[in-house]
Amino acid sequence: MSPINTNWRRIGTSAPPRDFDMQWEVVIGLEVHTQLTTQSKIFSGASTAFGAAPNTQACAVDIALPGVLPVLNRGAVERAIQFGLAIGAKLNRVNVFARKNYFYPDLPKGYQISQFELPIVEGGSLDIPVGEGDKAYAKTIRITRAHLEEDAGKSLHEDFHGFTGIDLNRAGTPLLEIVSEPDMRSAKEAVAYARALYTLVTWIGICDGNMQEGSFRVDANVSVRPKGQAEFGTRREIKNLNSFRFLEQAIDFEIRWQIEQIEDGHKIQQATVLFDPDSGETRMMRSKEDAHDYRYFPDPDLLPVKLEEDWIAEIQDRLPELPQAKQARYQAELGLSAYDASTLTASRATADYFETLAAALPKPDAKLAANWVMGDVSAALNRAEQEITRCPVAAATLATLLARIQDGTLSGKLAKQVFEVLWNEGGEVDAIIEAKGLKQMSDSGELEQIIDTVLAANAKNVEEFKAGKEKAFNALVGQVMKATKGRANPSQVNDQLKAKLAATCLNQ
Amino acid sequence: MSTHTNTLSQLAARLTAGEVSSVELCQDYLARIAAHNPTLNAFITVDAERTLAEARLADARRAAGETGALLGIPIAHKDIFCTEGWLTTCGSKMLGNFVSPYDAHVISQFKAAGMPSLGKTNMDEFAMGSSNETSFYGAVKNPWDTAAVPGGSSGGSAAAVAARLAPAATGTDTGGSIRQPAALTGITGLKPTYGVCSRYGMIAFASSLDQAGPMAQTAEDCALLMNVMAGFDRRDSTSLERPAEDYRRDLNQPLKGLRVGLPKEFFAAGMAPDVAANIEAALDEYRQLGATTIAVSLPNSGLSVPVYYVLAPAEASSNLSRFDGVRYGHRTAEYADLTEMYEKSRAEGFGAEVKRRILIGAYVLSHGYYDAYYIQAQKIRRLIANDFAAAFKVCDVIMGPTAPTTAFNLGEKSDDPVQMYLSDIYTIAVNLAGLPGMSVPCGFGSNGRPVGLQIIGDYFAEAKMLNVAHQYQLATDWHIRAPKGF
Repeated sequence: MSPINTNWRRIGTSAPPRDFDMQWEVVIGLEVHTQLTTQSKIFSGASTAFGAAPNTQACAVDIALPGVLPVLNRGAVERAIQFGLAIGAKLNRVNVFARKNYFYPDLPKGYQISQFELPIVEGGSLDIPVGEGDKAYAKTIRITRAHLEEDAGKSLHEDFHGFTGIDLNRAGTPLLEIVSEPDMRSAKEAVAYARALYTLVTWIGICDGNMQEGSFRVDANVSVRPKGQAEFGTRREIKNLNSFRFLEQAIDFEIRWQIEQIEDGHKIQQATVLFDPDSGETRMMRSKEDAHDYRYFPDPDLLPVKLEEDWIAEIQDRLPELPQAKQARYQAELGLSAYDASTLTASRATADYFETLAAALPKPDAKLAANWVMGDVSAALNRAEQEITRCPVAAATLATLLARIQDGTLSGKLAKQVFEVLWNEGGEVDAIIEAKGLKQMSDSGELEQIIDTVLAANAKNVEEFKAGKEKAFNALVGQVMKATKGRANPSQVNDQLKAKLAATCLNQ
Repeated sequence: MSTHTNTLSQLAARLTAGEVSSVELCQDYLARIAAHNPTLNAFITVDAERTLAEARLADARRAAGETGALLGIPIAHKDIFCTEGWLTTCGSKMLGNFVSPYDAHVISQFKAAGMPSLGKTNMDEFAMGSSNETSFYGAVKNPWDTAAVPGGSSGGSAAAVAARLAPAATGTDTGGSIRQPAALTGITGLKPTYGVCSRYGMIAFASSLDQAGPMAQTAEDCALLMNVMAGFDRRDSTSLERPAEDYRRDLNQPLKGLRVGLPKEFFAAGMAPDVAANIEAALDEYRQLGATTIAVSLPNSGLSVPVYYVLAPAEASSNLSRFDGVRYGHRTAEYADLTEMYEKSRAEGFGAEVKRRILIGAYVLSHGYYDAYYIQAQKIRRLIANDFAAAFKVCDVIMGPTAPTTAFNLGEKSDDPVQMYLSDIYTIAVNLAGLPGMSVPCGFGSNGRPVGLQIIGDYFAEAKMLNVAHQYQLATDWHIRAPKGF
């Protein structure tokens, strides 16, 4: 009997098919390549800017001419230290670059300089929020290590009739590869972790987060095992996922595929797979048998990297307040909900916008500021597909608008109209209020006249109200608001209308 | 006007006195190269126009009032140094078409000093060899006996200086590649402390061992050349940032009280009797000069060769991966796919010795063998360095033979790699420890071929070693003897 057919499912013939989730546990670990924001490459002085003509940003070192040598970019090391400090990791005071040897045309030296036995960052963790509403929960994902390495160039398989074009502009771009423990148990958790990591690396400014340009690339190691089994199942690695949506789709597909394979009596073979976004499927790139022996050894061209305590302390001092600390502070000091705090710290730019806005309000009202950032501002940005850093309504401008709500000049509804004008046309808040005649009606005499006119014109509603129909009152309020073009203060309308109707009842 | 027997200091004096111009000097050497290179094959590339253009520039600089110590004196460069506009082959077919677009740091230092290049000297392919027979461009002949090898890998530089085709040359030394050919051709060569001369632009063989150094007639000339070559270079992360020094400063110090360590392991079986006799005579000369000799021990030095043949090939196997036919160098004419392109390009481009070392290196680094070979070798490397450190507590310099025999015949060892590897048995430990070492001519063997005395110093003791060698050369004339017919 072949080993494939000795699967436990096949032997236990009586087990009826059940829901996957009931009997399988999913195990996921991620390896994330974050491109660091240095101006020049990790081992040469060439620029890292994206999008230049092929091979115009590849110097002698990048194209690996005979005799050239690498020199480590201190900025890349600094960014790795920032990351290590941000996740509470151990920073290896002495860490070592090694050569990972393999042949590929876009790998000019025939080896990649990376870190192997002694990475710069070891340990640390990231707390992640998973799900929303009632099903929300928090989880801590442990990080195994993060190491510095250089990126390879690009192979261009089109346009060269039987040849492959090589663009070495990307060769030598600094990367921090962040490897997690296999702590995630669903695609949702993997995405939540990837998002939290993305927020962190962009927050501390070590990565520009441009996923289209490949600044944040995810490899997912996925396996499944029967619930209750201690050992991990055999994993397959999905390579190079460059969006959160693809990450989720690829993992979900892979989980279903692996479970089906096992339930059909097959064993999972360790392999590297690629995700095809068009078909939504993963397909095998190479099996474990094809795996390279990378023949790692310490790079003799580079000395071990020594991290001085003073330097680490200086970087620690410059580290901005991190998302989790901000969330805690928003809840404790500003009285915001956990959800609001988490939403407002989705990016450092959002948090900055919120804090600038809240600080500029004449009367402290964090909830008002939070509601506007998460509501109108966020909705408008989404519609325009715009980043908050390029929001047409600056936080200071929005503060002057909210101040007009606080001082009673505008209703919330009118404020939204002013916001629309600010977004579309710009300008000054008070000038817009003046020009568009949006000032809330505060003159009770003027309102009384309008109420009288409305009551006179809607005798039927008045009759119904008198007959005890509450709906008729609401209709009258609506008529008054319409007549004032929304400028009246609704509660004032309520009060005055009630008083007026009471008076007419008495008169009869 | 005969200039070719002159040392650098003599040439410098004649240039300063206006007796001769740089152009005239270069013409003289170029004529000698044209006459003798067909016999010796010391040069891979000669480009008279380029040399003379550099000489004219040097003359113009002197006319404009510049007074560099070596301004206008030509020099030959080992073909391992990238030299802008020059073919730079590293002795290999793989780089048979590679014209370097940039200068190695050492080359740019010599250019700045105003030393015209006489051409690129022959060498063992990628510096892998001890006889110069692995060069794709043919073996180099020893000017003392054209049936003999000049040693290697800097055999072309050694033969050129010995035959007075150049007053000086650059070399590189990974396991003895300056000192062993210097010994076998009767010239003076220095391998500095690892990190003293920048490796930038020097085609890498074994990065943790490679070091550039001068080859010339005398220790004084080597000191002059070191003043140009040495110095910090930010483009080489293993380059050492130290204050500049004048390597001539101690040349004339008397040797009275000098403590010379003699490692018993170097004076055991293995050294040929005629070599031993010359070394003993040289040590007697040092005693005459006021030195005392002390027995020391380097107990792990016997492991140098096996350790070296793990570590050097390991680094080489990776360093030579860039020669893949993709961006420059040899690419096979016909191939069906990428794998075949790699395989054929490298199979055609590399010679047998290079392939052997790539295979050894890939093997010792491979999964399951790394700890047993590479890690173990690194540990022993540390022990070898410790041996030297202990010895230097009781002596100022260490002396012994540079090579176990005088120059052997062409073809004599080329089919027996292990015998070939053993010709570096006294030099390799120095590279493993990162120490400076030099070879000084000290006589002739029974076959009339030169013998070299090796002087090993502590880290950064180059000035002291040059002093020790210079004082000996003031008392002897081995270094000024030239081979007949050249």
